[in-house]
Amino acid sequence: MMIRSIALAAAAGCALATALPVSASAQESIYVPLFTYRTGAFAGSGIPIANGMSDYLNMLNERDGGIGGVKLLIEECETGYDTKKGVECYEQVKGKKPVITSPYSTGITLQLIPKASVDKIPMLSMAYGLSASADGNVFPWIFNPPATYWDGASAFIKHVAEKEGGLDKLKGKKFGLVHLDAPYGKEPIPLLENLAKEFGFELKLYPVPAAEMQNQSALWLGVRRDRPDWIYLQGWGAMNPTAVKEAAKINYPMEKLVGVWWAGGDDDARGGGAEAKGYKSLNFHAAGANFPVIQDIQKHVIDKGKSQVDKAKVGENLYNRGVYNSMLIAEAIRNAQKITGKKVVTGEDVRRGMESLEITEARLKEIGMEGFAAPVKVSCSDHNGHHKVYVAVWDGSKWTKGSDWMEPMKDKVRPLLEAAAKDYAEKNAGWPKRTEACDKSS
Amino acid sequence: MDILYKIFIDPFVQMGGAPDLLVQTLWEGLVGGVLYALIALGFVLIFKASGVFNFAQGIMMVFAALTLVGLYEKGVPAFLALLLTIGVMYALALGIERMVLRPLVNQPDIILFMATFGLTFVLVGLGELIFGGEPKQMITEQLWLPKGAIDIKMLGGLVSLQKIDIAAAVIASIMVAGLAVFFQSTRIGRALRAVADDHQAALSVGISLNQIWVIVWFTAGIVALATGIMWGARSDVSFALEIIALKALPVLILGGFTSIPGAIVGGLIIGIGEKLGEFYWGPLLGNGIESWLAYFIALAFLLFRPQGLFGEKIIERI
Repeated sequence: MMIRSIALAAAAGCALATALPVSASAQESIYVPLFTYRTGAFAGSGIPIANGMSDYLNMLNERDGGIGGVKLLIEECETGYDTKKGVECYEQVKGKKPVITSPYSTGITLQLIPKASVDKIPMLSMAYGLSASADGNVFPWIFNPPATYWDGASAFIKHVAEKEGGLDKLKGKKFGLVHLDAPYGKEPIPLLENLAKEFGFELKLYPVPAAEMQNQSALWLGVRRDRPDWIYLQGWGAMNPTAVKEAAKINYPMEKLVGVWWAGGDDDARGGGAEAKGYKSLNFHAAGANFPVIQDIQKHVIDKGKSQVDKAKVGENLYNRGVYNSMLIAEAIRNAQKITGKKVVTGEDVRRGMESLEITEARLKEIGMEGFAAPVKVSCSDHNGHHKVYVAVWDGSKWTKGSDWMEPMKDKVRPLLEAAAKDYAEKNAGWPKRTEACDKSS
Repeated sequence: MDILYKIFIDPFVQMGGAPDLLVQTLWEGLVGGVLYALIALGFVLIFKASGVFNFAQGIMMVFAALTLVGLYEKGVPAFLALLLTIGVMYALALGIERMVLRPLVNQPDIILFMATFGLTFVLVGLGELIFGGEPKQMITEQLWLPKGAIDIKMLGGLVSLQKIDIAAAVIASIMVAGLAVFFQSTRIGRALRAVADDHQAALSVGISLNQIWVIVWFTAGIVALATGIMWGARSDVSFALEIIALKALPVLILGGFTSIPGAIVGGLIIGIGEKLGEFYWGPLLGNGIESWLAYFIALAFLLFRPQGLFGEKIIERI
């Protein structure tokens, strides 16, 4: 009996001893889970982004001791770009009081949108997810800066108009949308259909089922037959390099093939070899390692062996995309600390921080990102900002800046987006009306 | 009426109107078909020898291609890397026989099938651990595989044949023919057929089940390597290639799980059928029909031949 009591007491003591430091560290840190995919069919795109996201936040911990003196508790959850696994990740992390989630998949985002307001965990779907979630009045817990897929598609049309001599010259033209046959790939369709009606161009859709990502020859024969004047590529993972290769195979002019920002990985273009030279992709941040922020990551994280990145890939486009994503998270946390006066902020605080986020040119310079990206401003009603993008061009070995920063067609996008948000709320019976107050600064 | 015209008349009008595109589509289908046949052959060989559907065939293709490219990236010359990869596939076959198949002799087929599931996850993990998950470029030039295209002006248009596709079709055809002859006409082939018929009976006449299994899994590994090189050259070498292997399923349904000629003919029917279907009938259904069309074709055949084109007709008397 005595031995049993001692054993029980020892076990309880151990449990308490192990539990105490965890709760203490949780109290003194800010928990930021990262949904990543380093495995599976889409790992080619997922790995550089995961490295960039993780390295930036680790750099803040190493260099600055976290944000506002509070360490970040960073934890990756592997989704494999699988919606089911992504939802499992969410359920797994939500009990640990994350201040924000970042699903990195439109499919996962769509599943988590209804959960965010219930669990009071804001969600950042940076330039992906549901375009309509940019309407903060309907989706107070969802944020998708700096641009929606609809902004991207409108920027593509603007770029084409610039090359063709004006929007009036689009009449009678034929545009193709080669897209992954998944929620992500289908996102720009409503906007493009609308613009097709307005500007009189024809839109042809070329869906690529996930099972055929690397088997696109019949689809591109269809492109050869239809001869679209321009093609917009909304692809992901192994679909992109295959599409670029197939386009080259049918001698499709590379300068008329424009990818959304997610079709702009270095490996996407590199796979096409010399023929891929001239391939274009939209972008909202710079590629390359010549920025103080990247050098700080190099010094404080990579050189200390605390990163998983292959050194040769630091500064590649999708790596920088991950850095940009984490910069938005970090700035929202910093802003939340500022407006609440708290050091250890909660999900509700970070929602407010995100909703009144303003990253100016001066702030970009302060954080070592001068020239890396355009300023960002998010507001209570506008959770996106519809910011400027530019066209990047593959020069055969790296991405280069191929155009000036340009505004998307906000006047066309915003009304459609608000209508879509209203429609979403109506179709989802019981969708909560916004009760969250707007901060003055937003 | 309009829809009937679009289904039954218009595609054939298009074929007649642009015969060069018809030839191009047939060529793409032929290349795809030969490669599907090669993948299917990997499944058939193992099914014949052990009565198990090898779910790991797809990941074996990825693993083989990753090993080849990974070794090259580590500084091993291309052809030496190829030889070493063949060695790795042999070691893998040996390991599978020792650690997976041998302990499961005489177990129900479903147990072996589940074991191949486990094998898939082991190979995925091993591949990611050793080579990482990032896509790699296939070393086509280093393996002296040709680049570029041959453009032929014909039928009032242009037919473009990619040299890598020609090489793929030739290599795959040689491999398919060689394997067919090897397993139909050699002593090992006869032993394989005996094992396929009855494990215990084969053992009783002195056939080494273990040896046959190693040979068959090694051959499936070589097939996986060849397929990985060809598909990798068409896209890139990544874990996404595993999905392509599932294309063998409709081929197997069509050709029968035990027939080498079935895998060949089935591969060609599916390859050509899906390309023609996608190109001429796809626009009617919003494009992107290839992934289910292959199953549709296979199931349509099954209506008339439930055992597959060349599968054995099983008659059970009760």
